Amino acid sequence: MSWFLELWSFPFMQHALLAGAMVGLLCGYYGVFMVQRGLSFLGDGLAHAAFGGVALALLLGWTPLYVALPFTVVVSLGITALRERTHLGGDTAVGIFFAVSVALGVLFLGLKKDYSVDAFAYLFGSILGVTGFDLWAVALLLILSALLIPFTWRSLAYATFDSELARSDRVPVRLLDYLLSVLIALTVVVSVKVVGIVLVASFLVIPAATARLLSPTLYRMTLTSSLLGILSSVVGLLISYQVDVPSGSTIILSQAFIFVVAALVSGKARG
Amino acid sequence: MVALETDNLTVRFGDFLALDGVSFTLPESAFLALIGPNGAGKSTLIRALLGLVAPSSGTVQVLGQQPGQFPQHIGYVPQIKTFDRSFPALALELVLTGVLRGWVGRIKPEHKALALEALERVGAEKLAARAVGRLSGGELQRVYLARALVRKPKLILLDEPATGIDVIGEKDMYSLLERYRAESGATLAMITHDLDVARYHASHVAILNRKLFGFGDPQTVMNDDCLARAYGHAHHHHPKGVTL
Repeated sequence: MSWFLELWSFPFMQHALLAGAMVGLLCGYYGVFMVQRGLSFLGDGLAHAAFGGVALALLLGWTPLYVALPFTVVVSLGITALRERTHLGGDTAVGIFFAVSVALGVLFLGLKKDYSVDAFAYLFGSILGVTGFDLWAVALLLILSALLIPFTWRSLAYATFDSELARSDRVPVRLLDYLLSVLIALTVVVSVKVVGIVLVASFLVIPAATARLLSPTLYRMTLTSSLLGILSSVVGLLISYQVDVPSGSTIILSQAFIFVVAALVSGKARG
Repeated sequence: MVALETDNLTVRFGDFLALDGVSFTLPESAFLALIGPNGAGKSTLIRALLGLVAPSSGTVQVLGQQPGQFPQHIGYVPQIKTFDRSFPALALELVLTGVLRGWVGRIKPEHKALALEALERVGAEKLAARAVGRLSGGELQRVYLARALVRKPKLILLDEPATGIDVIGEKDMYSLLERYRAESGATLAMITHDLDVARYHASHVAILNRKLFGFGDPQTVMNDDCLARAYGHAHHHHPKGVTL
């Protein structure tokens, strides 16, 4: 306990734990819809779209979040529109935008000419360097999401199960698809500074996939995934502090460890 | 009173003409069998009645309203397709979408009682706590039927409900539907490929192949000429009633 209090006495660690827990919660929640809609690849695609936005901001000399947010939201809406209006599968739509965003990111960084440390900070994240501004951005999105849950979860879940059945009951499926794509894009962008472009997809996929193995209902899956998101972030951070290794890797490895345990437990339960 | 009315209903998907000037009037408490070859537009017609597909021209009235206005009065049994069997859901939860018109979070006792009653009605109360991904085709069809009945609908739309059900289960299902129709005065509209079901269970038959080739009392409408024109070839009837 005294070890934890000592750790908590460092402001950077308070920021890191709070940011990790909030990002874990957000990604755990939205990851459920991504996994169940077969859009696990979307997290990777949007994270790389965020890279394009960050690179553009660095080129222009602007605050990365202000450019990455609209850039990633537009890409996410584009992916949703492409899936809706064509016969292309979700992974194909994501793959196209993924490639174009990375190409744009590389182009913008190339035009900037000088070596950019900031771009690499976004690639791998810097949870121990989270600022008050970053923390507020995550907290605001968390509050917005919490306010939306009572109005959207039932319909999003229904549309995830069977969009046509939901539409026959006048659920505004199309509107919800676009709303979800915006919220996932916002989640990815605010998470990227904390966990990095390379690792953000794991936050969206691994806790949700683990929760799926342990949950018989979507309601339980949502709760479990959200809790696992928080738990793995906190445990990963504490291990990182104790062993003195990069926190991104310890968080993802914590998630993976819980996934393996869940797979073994659920496999045993099935016999 | 009229349950369903279409007037010159035409539905196009780009260049593809799915329904071409379909007009009919179905009275309340009728049992309509929609028959026709594959790709005849039967599912498109059901989707138009549900408000899922907008007419390119013509009009549709469902229970005296525009389609999709009162989904609480309509029980829809979709075609069992390859849905995502990895979706974490219990049969009880699927039935409850019929009550809540949304997915259920924590299940309230009164909702659970309603769902169990509906499952019991279709002889599937034992399936309540079963994962939908582990249900057989026939079991899943019963659960969808319970989902349709739980909202005590005035109109039931069924898209090939016999798919995946064995002969006994199919017979049970038609008895159940007939009983519900007799008790409630509800209207049924069902897509089927089984001409004997249309002939012996339905009060009305619509023979469709993009255009409406016949509509009315099955004994009158289901003649060889009409069927041959809709299906493009003559039908053969086995003496025991099996249609080939």
